[in-house]
Order: sequence, then C-alpha cells, then structure tokens
Amino acid sequence: MLSLGSGGAKSTKPSFVSYVTPEEIKSEKDPPKKEKLPDLLPGEVEFCSANPILKYTQDDLSQRGVFGTLFCTNFRVTFISDETPQEKKAKTFKNKLYGENDIPLVCVDHIYGVYDEKRKLITGGLVKNKYPSKMIIHCKDLRVFQFCLRFTKEEDAKKIFQGIAHHCLEEKSLKCVFAFSYMGTPSPGTDLSFCREMQRKQETIMFDSPEDWTQEMKRTKANCRLVIENKNFELSQRLPKYFVIPLAIGDLFSYQGKGLPIWCWSHYSGCALFKASFPPVTQEDGDFQKHLETMINAVAHNYLYSVKTEDLSESLPNIQDIQQSYNKFKQFFLIENSTDFWLSDVKWFSSLESSGWLDIIRQCLQKAVEVVECLEKDNTNVLITEEEGTDLCYVISSLAQIMLDPYYRTLMGFQSLVQKEWVAGCHAFLDRCNHLHQKDKECHSPVFLLFLECVWQLVQQHSPAFQFSETYLTVLSDSVHVPIFSTFLFNSAHHRESVMKAESPLAQSGPLSCPTVWDWSVQFDSKAQNFFYNPLYSEKVKHEKAVRKPHKPKHQRQLSLPSTAFKTPLKKGFFKDETDSLKKMLRVKRLSRWMGSPDSPAATTREFYESWQHRPVDYHGLLLPCLDGPAVRVWMQRYLRWIPEMYILGGGSVAMTTKLMELLSQVQDLKRVLEQRDTSQAAKIDHHPYLQHRLLSFGSSGRLSSSFPFAYTRNRSFKPIIPTGLMQSLMVTDSLASQEDEASSVASFV
Amino acid sequence: ILDPQTADHLHFTRKASARTKYNHIYSKPPIEKVSERKRFMQYSALPGSAGGVSGMAKDVTYICPFIGPVRGSLTVTNYRLFFRCTDREPVFGLDLPLGALSRVEKIGAATSRGDVSYGLVCKDMRNLRFVHKEPEDSLKKSVFEVLIKFAFPVSNNMSLFAFEYKQVFPENGWKVYDPLAEYKRQGLPNESWRISKVNDHYELCDSYPAALFVPVTITDEELRRVFSFRAKGRIPVLSWIHPESQAAVVRASQPMVGQNGRRCKEDEKLLQAIMDANAQSHKLFIFDARPSVNAAANKMKGGGYESEDAYQNAELVFLDIHNIHVMRESLRKLKEVVYPNIEESHWLSNLESTHWLEHIKLILAGALRIADKVESGKTSVVVHCSDGWDRTPQLTSLALIMLDSHYRTIRGFQILLEKEWLSFGHRFQQRVGHGDRNHTDADRSPIFLQFIDCVWQMTRQFPAAFEFNEYFLITILDHLYSCLFGTFLCNSEQQRLKEEVPKRTVSLWSFVNSQLEEFVNPLYVHYPSHVLFPTVGIRHLQLWVTYYIRWNPRMRPQEPVHQRYKELLAKRAELQKRVEELQREAANRTASSSSERAGSPTRSITPVQTFV
Repeated sequence: MLSLGSGGAKSTKPSFVSYVTPEEIKSEKDPPKKEKLPDLLPGEVEFCSANPILKYTQDDLSQRGVFGTLFCTNFRVTFISDETPQEKKAKTFKNKLYGENDIPLVCVDHIYGVYDEKRKLITGGLVKNKYPSKMIIHCKDLRVFQFCLRFTKEEDAKKIFQGIAHHCLEEKSLKCVFAFSYMGTPSPGTDLSFCREMQRKQETIMFDSPEDWTQEMKRTKANCRLVIENKNFELSQRLPKYFVIPLAIGDLFSYQGKGLPIWCWSHYSGCALFKASFPPVTQEDGDFQKHLETMINAVAHNYLYSVKTEDLSESLPNIQDIQQSYNKFKQFFLIENSTDFWLSDVKWFSSLESSGWLDIIRQCLQKAVEVVECLEKDNTNVLITEEEGTDLCYVISSLAQIMLDPYYRTLMGFQSLVQKEWVAGCHAFLDRCNHLHQKDKECHSPVFLLFLECVWQLVQQHSPAFQFSETYLTVLSDSVHVPIFSTFLFNSAHHRESVMKAESPLAQSGPLSCPTVWDWSVQFDSKAQNFFYNPLYSEKVKHEKAVRKPHKPKHQRQLSLPSTAFKTPLKKGFFKDETDSLKKMLRVKRLSRWMGSPDSPAATTREFYESWQHRPVDYHGLLLPCLDGPAVRVWMQRYLRWIPEMYILGGGSVAMTTKLMELLSQVQDLKRVLEQRDTSQAAKIDHHPYLQHRLLSFGSSGRLSSSFPFAYTRNRSFKPIIPTGLMQSLMVTDSLASQEDEASSVASFV
Repeated sequence: ILDPQTADHLHFTRKASARTKYNHIYSKPPIEKVSERKRFMQYSALPGSAGGVSGMAKDVTYICPFIGPVRGSLTVTNYRLFFRCTDREPVFGLDLPLGALSRVEKIGAATSRGDVSYGLVCKDMRNLRFVHKEPEDSLKKSVFEVLIKFAFPVSNNMSLFAFEYKQVFPENGWKVYDPLAEYKRQGLPNESWRISKVNDHYELCDSYPAALFVPVTITDEELRRVFSFRAKGRIPVLSWIHPESQAAVVRASQPMVGQNGRRCKEDEKLLQAIMDANAQSHKLFIFDARPSVNAAANKMKGGGYESEDAYQNAELVFLDIHNIHVMRESLRKLKEVVYPNIEESHWLSNLESTHWLEHIKLILAGALRIADKVESGKTSVVVHCSDGWDRTPQLTSLALIMLDSHYRTIRGFQILLEKEWLSFGHRFQQRVGHGDRNHTDADRSPIFLQFIDCVWQMTRQFPAAFEFNEYFLITILDHLYSCLFGTFLCNSEQQRLKEEVPKRTVSLWSFVNSQLEEFVNPLYVHYPSHVLFPTVGIRHLQLWVTYYIRWNPRMRPQEPVHQRYKELLAKRAELQKRVEELQREAANRTASSSSERAGSPTRSITPVQTFV
C-alpha cells in the first residue's frame, strides 16, 4: 500500500523516487563517483545536504569512519556512504521506511556539538553561532551517530548543521510532521478504498465503532451501558468517541463527563475494572464531590455493591518523575565510545538503581497486581482514578487486563488492548512523546514506553504465555518515533478526527486515513514480521472453544460474596447504609487509600503472589509477575542492541530462538503431512505466518550476534572485546587484598 | 550385598532428594504426585548410613525465614540431616547433607521453658535455625550434639561419609579421565612435545600429576632444576595445544625470583622452548593472574614474576584478579545480601557492594584475553598466579572451554575438571574444608564455585553451545560439599592415591553418567572447532539466581525454554511415529492391491524422513 510495493517505480517525477528494493536501485543508477541520492519516500523532500562527511563507525574500537553525504529531509536525517556497498547482505529484518543510517526527525533526542574538544548540548541559541567540528546525535531508539563536519566546505557544514538542528530541535506544528506529507502524496496505482479494505481485514479491533465495543462487552460478559452520545464529541472532547459506563449512571452531561467511571474490563465473576479522571477534591466544591460519590455508587452497583477506589496520582510517581527517571536511565545506553563504556560498566548496578527506572516499573506492576487481586480474589469492582485519567490509569488497567485475560497475550489481542485503552481511550501521545519539540517540558513523559517495559517484564518471566516476542515489543517502542502512523500522532480521538478531516484534500471522499502502526506491512515484509511471534508460546488446545476460563453458573455468582470490603448480607436497604459510610469515608480520607484493607498492600500482594505461585502454572489463566529485586531486569534487547561491546557473537537468545523455530516448523510440517493423510480428521490447524515461511534462511545461527535482528556486526573479524582499565574498577581497599601475598611492603607499591 | 529391591528404593530417595534441592527444599508444589511425596517423606537410609538413624528428635521447631516456624521431627544420620514437618499441609521437608554444614552453634542460653536455639551455617548459601527443648536428663545427648559429631568427622577423627557410601552405579566414573587418552585427543605427544616421567612418583612436585607434557628439547635433568625455581615445584607444563596453530596453553606457579632477581637458566630455556614449539609466533605471553602490586609484593617472600630481561621475547601481562581472601569475603557479603531476604529498594547497589560479579568479570576477562592470544594471535601462553592452583586453573579451564568445544560436552567437562582442577592439585580439601569444624580457616575460599559461576555465565550467553544444563552445574556444586562422592576429596592426585580414594569411594561421575538425560541441555548444537568469546561487560553478567537465591521460594526457577523444547521434541517423535504408521499402512495397502493408482500417497511423505 501507499506505493511501498514495486508499483512505486512507475512514478513519473524523478525527484520523488519511491521506495524500491535495493537490487533495483543498483541497476538503475550506478556510477559510483557521482553523489548518491537517498531513496525518498513518497512525499519526502530534501532540505539540504553536505559532502564529504565522515561518519564514525561504532562497532570499531578505533575511531575510524566512512565518508559520505549527509542529507536532511522532511522525514529524516540520512547518511549515504561514498563507498559502494559490498555484497548485499540479505537482511532478514529490514525496516522499509528507514534504514540503519536514517534517523527520522522525531526520533532525534539530543544533538551535541563538539567545539574544540568540548562537547556541548545544542539548543536553539548555539545553532546561530559557529558550527561544531563534530556532531553527535542521540536517538530516541538509543542509537548514537557521530558525524565529523571538518572535511566539508564551511558553508555546507554550516548549512547541514543548522538545517538538522532546526528541523530536529525547533518547535513545529503538527502539519509539519511527515505523516501529513507522506499521506498527502498518494502514489499512483494505490487507491484509498483499497487501504481501507485492508484495514477492515485486520484482526486488530480498533474500537472506533459501537460494534467493536458491543463485541468486547459480549466477550467479557459485561453488564454495562455503551455511550454513543459522544459520537460527535458533544459531551467532551477529552472523552473517547464511544465508551462504556456502569448501568447505574443516569446523568451523563454534568461536569463535561469529568469523573465518569469508564469501563475497562469485566471479570468472569461479574465485577469489573473502571477508570476515571478525578481532579483533586477541594473542600469548597461540594457539588462536585457529591457528583463523584454518585459515580462511585454507580460503580458499586455494577456487582454486589462493592468497590475499591485507588487514586494513582497519590500512590505512583507522576509523569514528571517518570520522565526524569527515564532521562537518567537512558544515558547509560547512549554510549559514544569504548572508554566510556568500560568506565560506566564499573558502577553499572548502582547507577541503574539511582535512576529509579526499574523501581518505577516494579511499582506499576505491583499496583496492577493489587488491582488483579481485588478482581480475582475478592471479586470487588475496582475504580482507578487519576487527575487526567489517561496516563497511569492506562498503564495499570492494561497491565491488569494482560495478567487476567489470556486474549490480550496474543498478538492481535495485545494490539486491540492498546487500541482500546490507549488510542481510543485518548492517551495524549502527541504531547507525551513530544513529537513537536514543544518547549513546555511538563507534559512529556514516556508513559507508553513504561507500559511496554512492564509488559516486557511479564514476557521475560512467563514467556510461554505470550504469542508475541520481545522483538515485537522493541519494534513497537521504536515505531512510536516513526512519524507516519496515526496511532501515535494525536492527543485524543477528537484531536485525531478533527485534524484528519481538516487535512483531507478531497473533502467529499471523507476523512483521510494514514496507516496505523498495526499495519506492519508498511514497515516490514511478512518474512520480517515472523520475528514478532514467540516460538515459545504454548497455544491453547484447539478444540476448546472458549478463550476464557469456564464461567461459573449464574446462580453461584450470588453466593460468592466478596471476602473483604463491603461484606454485608443482602438485605433490603443495605446499599443506603453503605453509601452513607462511604460518604463519610470520602470526606475524611478523600479518595486515596484502599478501603477496608488493614495490611500494607505489598504484604498482601506478596501473599497473593505466593499462593498463585504454588498452583501449577496455567499459561492461559491468571499470570502474576515476580517483583523481587533480581526478578525485575533491564530490557536487554531494547537497550543494548546498538552497543558493539555488548554483542555476543554466536550467542544470545537468538541461538535459542532459532533452534526452537526450527523444531516448531518440523512439527508443523509433520502435522501437515498427517493432515493430508488423515481425511477423517477435519480439525483445522491454525497456521501461523512464521510456520509457513521457514525462518531458517538466516543460515547458521552459530555466527549471528546477540543483537540480531537489529544491529549487524560489519566487523567480520570475530575478535573478542577486551575490557580496558580493569584495575581501577575494583575498589578492594581492605587488607585482605594483600594478605596472601605478604602485606609488609605493599605500601611502597601503592 | 544389596538386594535389588532396596537398591531401587534407595535410588529413588537419592533422586528425590536431588530434585528437591533443585526446586528448593520447600513445601512441595501440589503438582507432585501424592504417592511420590509420601515416599519421599519417608526417611530411608543410603547404603552405608551405618545403622541408619543416629539421632532423632521429635518436637523440633525449624524457624523458616520464609514461612515462619514449623514444627516437626529431626533425624540425623552420618550423612544427612532430615527434618520433616508434622503440622503443616502441604508436607514440608528439609534434607541436608551434613557436608554442607560449615558451622553449628548454640545461640544464646536456654529459655525459661528450656528451649535452646541452634544456628546452622551452610556452605550452600543458607542458614538454618532450629529450636529444641533440651533433654532433661543431662546424660542423654541432644540430637544437635550428634549433629556436631557427624557434621565434622575429620575434626572428630572419623572418616568422611564418602568412604562408607556403597551405592553401585552402572558406570565407573573414576575411568572418565585417562590423561594419556586426553593428550592423545589433542595430538600429543608430537614432534615438539613429549611426556616426561620425571614426576612419576610425585617426588619433585607432590601437587602435580604424574604425567607431564614438556617440550622435547628440554631434558629431565633440566626439568629438575626448574622444579626448584618455581614455587612449590609447579613447573611450566602443557595444558592444551591448539590443533591447527600449535599454540599452547601452559600453566605454572610463580618463579622464585625474590628481591635479588634470581634467575634460572633452565627455566628461561624452558619458556624459550615452549615458544619455539609453536612455529607460528615469535612471542610468548605470560599471564600473571595477580594484580601487579601483589605480584611485586611477593618478591619479599622469594616469589615474583618473570623479568623482561631474563625472558626476552616474552611479554608479561597482569590480569588483576584478587586472592582467595578477597573472594571469600565477597561471597560472605553476597550471602548477606541474598539470604534470607532481599532488600528490594537497594538490591542493585547491595549487589554491587559485594563485588562478586566484578570478580567474575575479571576472571572471565582474563580467560578471554588468554583465549584471544591463542586463537587470534596464534601465540603460546604461560599462565600462573602465586602457587598456580587457584586463579591459574580458573583461567586455564575457562580459556579451554572457550577454545575447545570438547570441554563443553558433559564428558568433556568432567575431563576438564579432572585434569585442570583435580590432577593439577586445586586444594579442594583446604578450600572447602571437608568435615572440618574450623570454619574460620583462612584457607577456605569459593574459588571453584567462582569458576562454575563463570561457566554458568557462559552458558547463559551461549544457550546452545553447552551439552549440559544448569542442573548439572548445580549438582556438581552440591556434591562439592556433600562428601557423598570421593571426587572432590583431598588436595592432590598424590593424596587421593595414598588414601585410595578411587578404590574406596564412588565418583560423582558414576552418579552423573548413569542418568545423563537429567543433565542434558536439549538446545545443544555441536559445533566442532567453534570458539566462544563471551562478553564480559557487567551489563551482560547476571547473578546466578537459581543457585545463590534458590532457597527463596519466590525465586523458583523457571526453564520454560527447555521445557517447551522438550515438549516439541516429544511431539515431533509422536508425529513421526504416526506418519510412519500411516506410511506402513499405505505401503501394505498398495502391496495388497498393487493395481491401484500410481501416484501413491507414500511418495508425498518421503521428505519427512529428512527430519529424522
């Protein structure tokens, strides 16, 4: 679609060369001496370029480099080497939109300039002065590029530096984001109806129609009400187009929908998880407080008159804390040279701890487990709240749903979950990801990344429970910074809709749609997409039709009373009493603590985890993470993939995955043979894409590096990486160090 | 002597206890079959536990750091301690070989109720605490006094349990290592290297093996002079030779240079000969495992390192690895951090403060440099530390694992341990302190544990390169302390022969090789002549949670990859069987009615056979 196929070659304008396969380019324009041009995407425009620029190669211990041309376009910064590429390596995992020497503009995190051996962070002011001799670009996907500008003409160097700095660092309007140029150039041969057709065929549920929501309610047996009154955003622009609320809510329109409990998911027992935006309750605003009480009552009404509320803004770090912590954390992976690497290796654990990032991950998972415990063990409705209700609420609610519902652990299920909670739910992606380089730092925060990090922890602890792989998560986290997908470009459903409508050149044909990130074929061919599937996934036995746990018969539901909170016999008028006491509690304690649980949450969840751990593992049932110190780890693939010192040649998890895939495809082949033979057996075997395409094409796994499929070692020499400066690392200062080897004379040697 | 039925039963007990250890001796998960659990919970003696039970007490309370006090009965034999809880469901058991005890002590005085508290410090990273009512009759021995007696047999002039253990295994593990066969595998002797019988009766060096490989150009007479120049007579001898480049890994102890810079002509000649034996390189690298400061300090005691004047063409490199005392202290700190509970908020900085992984990094980095010189530089290397029996085997054996895929197989690894560690005299008795009550002995140090940890780190980085699994490594460590097998007893080959260890005890490899399937890594791919260069950055090193924190029930190991792989293997076998059955059926059918259509389905199946 969108001319990414070979159809793009038909383009008549030479300046808009659409993407073609590398082999075709080679044959098209060959003279190697001539300045090479980047293969522009449809709608991509070149701003400036400079030659020769030296790009330092990273996987070389000496600071050598490659000469080439540096370009800046409206999509990316790109470097094209002067050297004719050696034999084309068949890259199994290639992004169609950008290559290893391309940096999408919104992916640029920081630019440093080296002026007289001094490294300075480039901000608006510095750009106007002189240009640096060396430019270092830190990317949001943790790549580091170093370009030497000394060899090119002064004016060219100045132009390219200023151009890159301007386009990457200056605040810009949404319209300047490449997605709008990209989709504004429909390439010949691709018509839009076809695109939409494709989208409908996807299995990812977009949650942009009442049917999707009804379906989801049916799937989880929710007994709630679908609100369609916000279809044209009359109710609120911050609320989703369609959403679901408890049945007991009558009044929708007060306070612009603020405080409305929005349904997330229903447990099979009947209790459900809700989220809401609650501004801090002020003493004066009595009316609004009453409104909130009504809302909480409505949630309680959902099932057995029990509810637990949790104000996440009080118990979890706020978005600025998250941003700060991540800023510290990512520094450990943005490594410019080998010396830095080995120096920082020494204090690795304590630096990691001081960033607090892993601790934030732990806190989020912990909170999600608390929510899960309420739903699963106590069968209590849960209402999580937050001032905006669109950040940590989503982290916690999505995590809880992944732990409880195996459907969300499939690839399509997971995408639907992100769609349901984050995209349709109006997470402010544009502000949080800072695609526009706004000066206002308050609203930037890697909340979505935090969610992916938490999911990764679950994946690494319980790999067989997930259909998708860690590579999938890594790619998804990268895709946030590829400014093409409608998924991550807007602050809310209303925002998306209004911008798309306004931008549509053909008003009569309805709003234009740019691809969603779930349209993976935009970035990867089907072979590369195979890496998204986890070969360890233990599939559910086929003949079981129900995706979820067997449901308890209805009559039993009435008998199973919640074990904590509002435990009262069902009698007439009971609810009124409860509301009174609830009101009292609200006044005294506001909405903060868990109600009615005396123990510390950490202790009770620990118990909950242990009792779960003692049961045999059911990968299609409840899933809980271990949260002890050693169990929460760094997402190695995402953070270490570009650091050559970290490559394990011939090792890493690739070695394992390859073997598994190999075996899996053999099993699948055998199955197919049997299927052909066995005519009586009508059972369908569902074929995963990775089973149809044999993945074994990447040859002997013995020589792949651990960073596969991301970085490739160009350095074929197969040399070990030997650390430098070892002695200074070890701070053994006590007398033990010299005990065996005679202490008397040590002083003179120290 | 044993009737087969008993032997079978005992075999089960042994297996069960081994498995429990792996899964943490803890309340058994309910997956386990009840019948099995019952059988496990019945105490049964090993062959050799003379008379079985030696001490027994009911009403002992075990203060479990994870689930609180548990009451039960405590049984002590000459091999193990066995606690069985009586008041808890699911049943809870604790089965500990006495060899793993490092210290047993009474904590405080008896309470008013006559309760006495005992603390047991174990070598396998845990501490146990029991509370027991003191017997009123002061003449009657408490079960803990029995425990102290059997826990430290060497201090009580008794023999270790390994000498009583009489289990018979189908394979004799003492035959695993045949030095001549192993050197022959490496292509030795050859035109440059010969075997020397100079130490045949251990007269020149009692901590070296009898069979030594030296350059052909050096006579035995010259060797004798070198013996007096190297610390403890541990002269430079060959450990391994590269099959193509002929670059050799040679091990030794420090030269006795002293403050005056003594020289030894024969030693210089020997190193020159080692270099000359490898035509590919005109250089020799000497790796001194110590920090240079310590190496220099050793000159005061008559030791030191090779000077560049005396050894031209040789380059000396210090690897900065610390001594046994530093390592012991580091492990002690690590135990404090991981047992019993992990402090969540400071976990990482606490881990860093133990320096344990930093030491691991230095050792791996040293081995990596050695392997790199041999493989990429095609240069021969000499490795030594002070005495050449602690840091030296760590380095040489790790380098050998990197260089030679044979040592990554189960049997190859056994050979490596037998060769580099046991025959070359790593002082297991002293470093572990088998049956010795002196827990403060400064000679104790977790050098071997550290080596196994390094191997584990490599298995993590290369999940398909090793034939053995993690359980194999843990089993080796458990039996390093258990004193059930003779393998890790004594300090040297000479001592083991004197004590007739191979005759009087069972080898650990008898046990291991009789049930290999438990120790096999299903992901293993054999790549011959495939060199492994691990990454030694601390970012890639992990704390070996499933060993160091295995007693914590929350850290229950999960090996989904291996499980899943085994599942798939089983599935493939099953499907293959079905395909073959169908094939046979079809073949029969076509045979019976041969006139039927030619495009028989049998043909479409043939490609399957390639998978077999």
